[in-house]
Amino acid sequence: MRIFFHGGYFSYRALFNWQSPRFYVPTMLAGPAFQVLFFAYLGRYSHVRDDAFYVVGNAVQVSGMSGVFGVAITVGGERWTQTLAPLLATPANRMALFLGRALPHIVNGFIVSAFGFAIGRLLLDFHPGLGTIPELAVVVLLSTTTCTAFGLVVGALGLRWRDVFTIANPAYFLMLLFCGVNIPLSALPKWMQVVGSGMPLTHGIAAARRVAHGASLSSVDGLIGKEALIGLCYFAAAYVLLRVFEAEGRRRATLELV
Amino acid sequence: MRIARLLAVCWWFQLKQMTKAGLFVFTSIIEPLIFATLAYYLFKAGHRPGTLLYAALSAGLMGIWTSTLFGSGGAINFQRWQGVLEPLVASPPPYALILFPQTLAAASIGLYSLASTLVWGRVIFGIPLHFVHPVAFAISIVVTIVSLGVLGLVMGASFILYREANALSNMLEFPIWIVTGVIVPLSLLPGWIHPLSWILAPTWGYRAIHNAALGGNPWPGIGIALGLAAVYFVIGQAVVVAFERRARERATLSLV
Repeated sequence: MRIFFHGGYFSYRALFNWQSPRFYVPTMLAGPAFQVLFFAYLGRYSHVRDDAFYVVGNAVQVSGMSGVFGVAITVGGERWTQTLAPLLATPANRMALFLGRALPHIVNGFIVSAFGFAIGRLLLDFHPGLGTIPELAVVVLLSTTTCTAFGLVVGALGLRWRDVFTIANPAYFLMLLFCGVNIPLSALPKWMQVVGSGMPLTHGIAAARRVAHGASLSSVDGLIGKEALIGLCYFAAAYVLLRVFEAEGRRRATLELV
Repeated sequence: MRIARLLAVCWWFQLKQMTKAGLFVFTSIIEPLIFATLAYYLFKAGHRPGTLLYAALSAGLMGIWTSTLFGSGGAINFQRWQGVLEPLVASPPPYALILFPQTLAAASIGLYSLASTLVWGRVIFGIPLHFVHPVAFAISIVVTIVSLGVLGLVMGASFILYREANALSNMLEFPIWIVTGVIVPLSLLPGWIHPLSWILAPTWGYRAIHNAALGGNPWPGIGIALGLAAVYFVIGQAVVVAFERRARERATLSLV
């Protein structure tokens, strides 16, 4: 538990170099807010769906700024800061070690997402009922968690390939295309729907849209269950990849290569 | 002649350096293709088939801005990290003449975006590439790239003082796409945004490219984009000199 909480906290403080307000505000708040606005206006022009569709889709997806980029920086960043080899030389439980690193980003992703919703509420035609907010928050928290699990997979790949952003950038932007963020899944080709259904956020966004329209949490339990299951699969995949790449890095003596 | 050689060498060197960086391969090719695909399916779902060439073209133009933004924003930071900013500032040519070809190279990299989204649209989605005014189309692309390069000079210069330039680059991608009307017509945006878009050269460059490709008069857009580029160049030079002096005074030039 100590490794999980303290390790995660110190990793966030040491490696997440966007935490200063001069980075945090433009990158984690303003950038995502403009993303929500851009796609809402693009949606108006394309006549596909209303503002609420784009606000919910993008406000949930922007949690990836923390879930994908943040985790990639803190996990993949161990290599740049030359702390990867000492870290992996410790006998610490690997599950606690890396899941602890994900925890601050789940909280952070939730804040980013909430800010996206607030921008949609203030500047666009998105007016969910007050009663829907607690249930919406539950769905967003779950989606942020699955997105962070996906980010752990990206971070793990960053341990293998030296430039983690080469993986994190496409991962983040492909979510815009495959996860039903801006295009209804039914409008995509079958193979893209299949890929999308296995990605994080897809079911969470669908559930959030229904909840924002007044549906109860119990009426979207199928979508929530799928999202949670996908998140667990990504956590498991990240753990396996981290162990594999750790073993491979030791064998090939590549842990310290930058 | 010496200045022309300096500009050409710096531009070519920066272009070669950027083409080998994974980040620029992503921002100039992969990201525009993702947006082109997204725009294609979005417009198709909205039953706007006549706008599919517009979608491919706009995604490419969005990529030009992204390349300019990250290339110009990062130019000074890259020099800081590599430890060459101080020697470059101390070298005999004015620093603006070193920075400008670098930001121009960043905008030029955007040509990959345009080419890739158009080829992608043709090959994958079968979008016919029929341009109404091909000559004006080519001219408007060159003018837009030059105007973006000069805008990058103004932007990059301001980052001499601001060490967290990457954060601003992360923020400015979407707002410029919105304000310049690259894919969403300005008429859909609130009225107070229009004056802001008028003073941005990319607005006119994009308008010229759209008109040259899809029909309309591209020449006013080309002229205004060129005029604004000239104004930006004067501002950019002044800003570089002023900010360089402040950075020297505060001894912050090489701080990473």
